[in-house]
Amino acid sequence: MPEILLAARNVTKQFPGVLANDKISAQLRPGRILALLGENGAGKSTLVNILFGMYRPDSGEVIIKDEVVDLHGPDDAISRGIGMVHQHFQLVPPMRVVENIVLGAEPSKRGLVDLAEARKRVVELSQRYGLEIDPDALVEDLPVGMQQRVEILKALYREADVLILDEPTGVLTPQEADHLLSVLRDLTETGLGIVFITHKLREVLAIADDIVVLRNGRVIGETTPADTNENGLAEMMVGRSVVLRVEKSAAEPTDVVLAVDELEVNDDRGQLAVDGLSFEVRAGEILGIAGVEGNGQRELVEAVTGLRQPLSGTMRINGEEVTNGSARDISKRGVAHIPEDREKHGVIAVYSLAENSVLNRYHRSPFSFRGILRRDVIDRHAEDVVEEFDVRTPSIAVTASSLSGGNKQKLIVGREFSDDIELLIAAQPTRGIDIGAIEFIHRRILEQRDKGAAVLLVSAELDEILGLSDRIAVLYDGKLMDVLDAQDADRERVGLLMAGITQ
Amino acid sequence: MSRSLLRTVATPLAAVVFGLLIGAVLILSQNASPITAYSALVVGGLGDADSLLRTLQKATPLIFGGLAVAFAFKAGMFNIGGQGQLLVGAVFAAGVGFGVDGLPMVVHLPAALVAGALAGAVWGGIAGALKATTGAHEVIVTIMLNFVAGNLTDWLSANPWKDNSGNNIVARTPLVEDSATIPTLGAVPVGFVLALVVAAACWFVLERTTYGFEVRSVGHNRNAAQYSGIKVGWIMASTMAVAGMLAGLGGAVESLGVDGRFEAGVNVGLGFEGITIALLARANPLGVIPAALLVGLMEAGASRMQFKAGVAPELIDVIQALILFFVAAPIIIRWVLRMRADNSEQLQLGAGWGRS
Repeated sequence: MPEILLAARNVTKQFPGVLANDKISAQLRPGRILALLGENGAGKSTLVNILFGMYRPDSGEVIIKDEVVDLHGPDDAISRGIGMVHQHFQLVPPMRVVENIVLGAEPSKRGLVDLAEARKRVVELSQRYGLEIDPDALVEDLPVGMQQRVEILKALYREADVLILDEPTGVLTPQEADHLLSVLRDLTETGLGIVFITHKLREVLAIADDIVVLRNGRVIGETTPADTNENGLAEMMVGRSVVLRVEKSAAEPTDVVLAVDELEVNDDRGQLAVDGLSFEVRAGEILGIAGVEGNGQRELVEAVTGLRQPLSGTMRINGEEVTNGSARDISKRGVAHIPEDREKHGVIAVYSLAENSVLNRYHRSPFSFRGILRRDVIDRHAEDVVEEFDVRTPSIAVTASSLSGGNKQKLIVGREFSDDIELLIAAQPTRGIDIGAIEFIHRRILEQRDKGAAVLLVSAELDEILGLSDRIAVLYDGKLMDVLDAQDADRERVGLLMAGITQ
Repeated sequence: MSRSLLRTVATPLAAVVFGLLIGAVLILSQNASPITAYSALVVGGLGDADSLLRTLQKATPLIFGGLAVAFAFKAGMFNIGGQGQLLVGAVFAAGVGFGVDGLPMVVHLPAALVAGALAGAVWGGIAGALKATTGAHEVIVTIMLNFVAGNLTDWLSANPWKDNSGNNIVARTPLVEDSATIPTLGAVPVGFVLALVVAAACWFVLERTTYGFEVRSVGHNRNAAQYSGIKVGWIMASTMAVAGMLAGLGGAVESLGVDGRFEAGVNVGLGFEGITIALLARANPLGVIPAALLVGLMEAGASRMQFKAGVAPELIDVIQALILFFVAAPIIIRWVLRMRADNSEQLQLGAGWGRS
């Protein structure tokens, strides 16, 4: 057995304007789990893409099984025993599990695919590693956790000695995630090495043998779970001490602001996605909607903000019916919306920060007068937003596309928070942004609550829901499983509800 | 500011230069002199009052046609229907121009222009409304409407609105009344002035009004526009109507200022050149003016070039096509310019070292 399975030695990679990897070294030994930790843009993906042969380093070496290699592409890496499970699965949904696993490396007989042989090998493989799966099921019928298992088997089928997993728990319930971690632990017992990329500190501490923390393309530190804790890791990632738990006082809810009754909404394919939801959000409280993604959250938010027509049911804001109101009708009533997908809905990439800062209030006084935009007022407003919400930018004249994700999100939050808010709808408000910005946005959301806004928080990050919400509603398959008071909610209980299990 | 302006015009400018260079090779291959040919082209387009007038007259409908495409571009739509919109604008402007008499010019001429603009707006608006309500692609619909417009205007000018004076057998309307004819100020046709004003107005609407903000938002990111409360369907429909109106005005100016009537077959192709103009102008309403002037100049000077240098006037079409090709394939240009930009950077660096 080799001493080093996979390693980067002084790997440097320059992209136009960014030094993505600056002399990075990290190594993986057999039977161990290496966690790569870092914020978005820290250089994790670049490093992994270099190790998997997608990019070539400008300088430095890649070592596979004690040997310096020059990878010419992913095929090269795969043939040397590197397997990768991408964040977005690379599966063919209408094909069977066994077909997906052998795809591209099919056993054949007389030029035809030997499915019987393939099936035999897959069953053998799944037994050997304790990864049970129905080889004849269609991938599209499998839950996400099982699809991920297919991806792992796919890599093992190609005789991988190293598995690289990119944010593998993002799409899983807490229980599924815990299960995955134990499966990975078992896999290492055969001598397999695993590179685990994540931004979830809890998981790193739970599973890693070695931790490498990246920041701004550089290795900031190496540690092990025994020598650190969540705060220590967060500090390494961000470069300063951060508050992971938001301090908040008890909510003082008053009048009902948003009342949703028996709401039914279809998704884009015309399937029922929101199935008879009823709930209320009061002024001065945060109602968190927990749930694995794809259980109707998007459709719910779009219906409540006027972007999607509900099938039936009613929605009221401050007692007035808004069920079939347009996005503008609803925003007129003091509704702010932090959209789930900031690139798609939140900003117009080619617009300047100034134009983006008035994206949904350009038509109102004082930003325009009789149909003419008042550029000077808009510019001043943008300066205020940038200043108050700490958007890091050289000027308000640059395009939104030049901002990092976190700064784009701060711009959106700043825009939405610049009026008095009756109702705030925050969908995945901190997705894919750095810890510093997360902390900032969480504080601002709480501030709105304390000023008397009703807040509907939708998030796939359970920690965010648990940390911010006063009440927690769990959404599963378009239905509300239960609504819990925050003090009665813990990971375990909410996690089971997210999986559709009621005791 | 000037540097960003330079950056903006670099691609179209380079496209023109490349087009002319390849044109020069083609002229050489005909055993003619490119210098003689091109200087004849310029003299033919700018040499005296008459040729200047011709250039401006040629450029006028091109400005309108270019605006019709550029405006729709801003909302993310490709208006291939400039030709049809221009034709209906031309025939209805002529209809009001010859069909009504006894009005003073201040009433008659604007009425005829408005008739052309409205006809074009309806023609463009149909495509926009179909896009907004049914999702029918505007490229397909406007192409089909071009055929409808062509046949409709042929029929109108050959039947109910036919010029029956003398022994005319051509499908054309009678001459428009003097009170509906666009006058000329020296070498400058008033229609050209109108085109400049309309181009400036388009720029103002797009850049400075809330409506323009909505149009650009829809063009850049339809989802974000919807999120911000913009009625995307209305913007698509109304933008196409405005685009049609612009092309319709171009047709009206042709009928009322250049031809003096509508004649079937005379305006063929004018609407399509709007696409070239808009691409060359990178969909900027103000950029449409120099782009249209350039093409207008080439067309005005083509016959002199043929006479002086013995080069077939079709060469102008080839050069235009080459320019369009280079504008549409900016990678080629960027590749060439990039190489030069790198060299100049190195040169600057070297000079800096030399001084220190």
